[in-house]
Amino acid sequence: MSTATNGQSTEKQFTLSVLTENKSGLLNRITGIFSRRKINIDAINVSVSEIEGVSRYTIMIRTERNKAEKIVQQILKQVEALDARLYEPDEVHYQEIALYKIPLNAFVNENKVEKLVRQNGARILAMEEDYILLEKTGHKSETRALFEQLKPFGVLEFIHSGSVVVSKGNKVPEEIL
Amino acid sequence: MENLTQTLENKTSVESVKISGSEAVMRSLLAEGVNTIFGYPGGAIMPIYDALYHYTDKLQHILTRHEQGAIHAAQGYSRVTGKVGVCMATSGPGATNLITGIADAMIDSTPLVCITGQVPSHLLGTDAFQETDIIGISIPVTKWNYQVTSADEIPEALAKAFYIAQSGRPGPVLIDITKDAQFAELDFKYEHCKSLRSYNPAPKPKISGIQEAATLINQAKKPYILAGQGVLIAQAEQQLKQLAETAGIPVASTLLGLSALPKDHPLYVGMLGMHGNYGPNVLTNECDLLIAIGMRFDDRVTGRLDAYATQAKVIHIEIDPSEINKNVKADVPLVGDAAKTLNQLLPLIQPNKHKSWVRQFQDFDQIEYEKVIKRETHPKEGEIKMAEVIRFLNEETKGKAVLVTDVGQHQMIATRYYHFQDPKTNVTSGGLGTMGFALPSALGAKLGVKNTREVICIVGDGGIQMTIQELATMAQFGIAVKIIVLNNSFLGMVRQWQQLFHEKRYSSTEMVNPDFIAVAKGFGLEAEKVTVRQELNSALKRMLEHNGPYLMEVVVEKEDNVFPMIPSGEAVNKVRLS
Repeated sequence: MSTATNGQSTEKQFTLSVLTENKSGLLNRITGIFSRRKINIDAINVSVSEIEGVSRYTIMIRTERNKAEKIVQQILKQVEALDARLYEPDEVHYQEIALYKIPLNAFVNENKVEKLVRQNGARILAMEEDYILLEKTGHKSETRALFEQLKPFGVLEFIHSGSVVVSKGNKVPEEIL
Repeated sequence: MENLTQTLENKTSVESVKISGSEAVMRSLLAEGVNTIFGYPGGAIMPIYDALYHYTDKLQHILTRHEQGAIHAAQGYSRVTGKVGVCMATSGPGATNLITGIADAMIDSTPLVCITGQVPSHLLGTDAFQETDIIGISIPVTKWNYQVTSADEIPEALAKAFYIAQSGRPGPVLIDITKDAQFAELDFKYEHCKSLRSYNPAPKPKISGIQEAATLINQAKKPYILAGQGVLIAQAEQQLKQLAETAGIPVASTLLGLSALPKDHPLYVGMLGMHGNYGPNVLTNECDLLIAIGMRFDDRVTGRLDAYATQAKVIHIEIDPSEINKNVKADVPLVGDAAKTLNQLLPLIQPNKHKSWVRQFQDFDQIEYEKVIKRETHPKEGEIKMAEVIRFLNEETKGKAVLVTDVGQHQMIATRYYHFQDPKTNVTSGGLGTMGFALPSALGAKLGVKNTREVICIVGDGGIQMTIQELATMAQFGIAVKIIVLNNSFLGMVRQWQQLFHEKRYSSTEMVNPDFIAVAKGFGLEAEKVTVRQELNSALKRMLEHNGPYLMEVVVEKEDNVFPMIPSGEAVNKVRLS
C-alpha cells in the first residue's frame, strides 16, 4: 500500500470538462471545490450545452495530477453534476477566441495591419467610424502573438475567452446521461 | 377502469383543495413520515409557524433556545433513529446560526433537512431586514440546497431534499423558502422522489473486485477490519460480525463506528485514532491486510500518512467514490453500501482463525491495561478521574444507554471506556469536533429513543457553556436527559497539548465557572454536585432513578491527561502511554 498523496509533485496544466444540470448556484458549488483547496482557476467557460437543461464547463488549472484527480471526484460528488473528466493538453483539441479593437487610421494608413490579419488568419468582424474589430481563433499562444504584433499600431482593447475543448476520443455526451 | 376511477378520485380530492405554501410544507413533512421538528421562529418563517399551529397533533415542534441547539438536536435525533432530522429557522441570523450544525452533519454524514425562511422574493438581493444569502453561505457544507421562490415548487423541493439527505452517503440539505412562497397557494400533490439523473446513491462494486477482495481475505495471515460509521448507516452490523467471526478477523472501530460491534465481542479490539487503544493503532502497521468498511481514513485515524500501514494491502468498502484513494490508496476499492457489499463478499469467505494474530492485540491490551487503564478507571487515591465516572456508568447502565458526548478530553475518555452494546448508541461530533454539540444533541437523541433507553450526556465544563441555554428546552418539554458535567475547570484537551507541546504555557484555557448546580436549578432541572469518590456511585444511582432531566456535576482531577496518545503528525505506531 502506498499513500494516495504520494507521486509526482510537479504542476501541470489540466483541463476539466464538466457537465451539470443547468441550475442556479451550481457554478458557485463547482468553483468552491477549487477555492477550498486554494487552486486558482486560469480560465473557465460555462454555457448551456447542446443537451437541453445541461451546462458544460471547461475549466483550466495548473496543479499536481493527484490533486486534479481528487477535484474530479469532488465535482462528481455534487448531486447535480452529471460528468467530469480530466485532460492533459495533448488529450484534447482546444481553441480560444480573441477580439482586438484597432484604431481605424492604423488600418487605412498603411497595409501592415492588413498583412498581419492575412498572415494570422484573423478576420475583420466589424468596421466602425474610428476603429475596426478583429477576431482570431486559435491557441492562447497564437492569439497572444497577434496581440504583440498589433501593439505598435495601438490596440484599443484586447479580450480573449477561455478555451473550449473537445476530447480526442469519440465519446458522445448523450451517452453519459 | 377501476384504477382509472381511483386515480381520478385521488386527483380530484387533491385538486379540490388549494393550500398555502406553508401548509404544503406541513403536508410534505407528514408525507415523509416526520413527527418531530426542532426549530426557532422569526419574521421570515412566520407563515410556516402559523401553519404548524394547526398540525401540532401530528408534528411535535421542539422550541430550542438557539438555532444551533435546534440543528444539533436534529442531529442527535437522526443519529439514534437513522431517520432524517428536521429543523427550521428564520432568515438572516436564524439561518446563519444553523451553519455549524450543517457543517458538522456534512462531515459526519448525518441526514438532515433544514428549512429556512427567506425575505420575500422581490426583496432578494436588496439587503432587506434579516436577509442573508444562506444558499451561497451553505453551499460548501450542504449535500444539496435549493431556494424556493414559488409555492408550487415546495412539494418537489422537499421530496428531493428528503431523498438526497438520506440516500447514498447521507448529509444535510437546506431548503430556503421565501416568505411570499409561504403565503401563496398551490395545488398540492406529493410524490416521493425516487431518482435523479445526475445522482447515483447506490453504486455497486465490481464483481471482479468482490472476488479479489475474497482472495485477499482468504489468503491473509494478519487481516484487520477497520469499521466506521458506514457500517451503522448501512445497518451492516450483522454482516460485519459474520465476516469477523467467519474469517477470525480482529475488528477495530473509528470514533463514529463505535457500537457497530458490542465492546465485549471477542474479536472487538478497540478504538482507532489519536486517543484510541494501543494495539489497534500499533498493529495497523503490522497487519498484512486492512479491510476498511464505511470509514474515510481521517487524519486523526491515520496519523502520518506516509508511515501508515505501508506494509498492508487495502480493501476499501465505501459508498462515496470520492473517498477512494483520497487519503489511503486502495488496492481493492469496493464502492457500494456496506451491507450489500458484505452480503456479496460473505459467501466467498473461508472459515479461518488467526489465533496468534488476535493474541497480539490481547497482549497490547494487557500492556495498556497495566500502564493506563487500571490507573484511570480504578485509582486508589487522589481526585476523581473521568474514567472512573465512566466505569460506574458502565456498571449502572450495562452499556445499554445512548452516550452523547461533547468534544475534548471527556469525549475521548467516555468513548474509550463506555461499554457500547447496541448499534447507534454513540452520538458524538467526530469530524468537525464541535464543542457545544452534546447538550442539544442529547435532547434530540432522547426524543428519538423515547423511553426505550437512557440518554446520558457527557460534557465538559467548557462545552456545556457553549449551548447551556438548552437546559431550558429540556425543562420546558420534560426531556429526561441525564447530564454528567466532568468539570476540571480547564479546556482540558487544549491544556493537555499546552502541557505536552507548549511547555505548560496555559494560554486562555483556565476557566472560572459558574455554579452549575445553581444554574441547572435555575433552569428548572434537578442537580447534584459530586466532589468525592465515595459519593460517585450513589449520586449516579440517584440521577438514573430520577424521572426527568438531571444534571450531575463531577469535579475531576484538574490536570489529568488522556493517554494513550499519538502526537499530531506522528505515525500510528508512535503511541505515547504517558
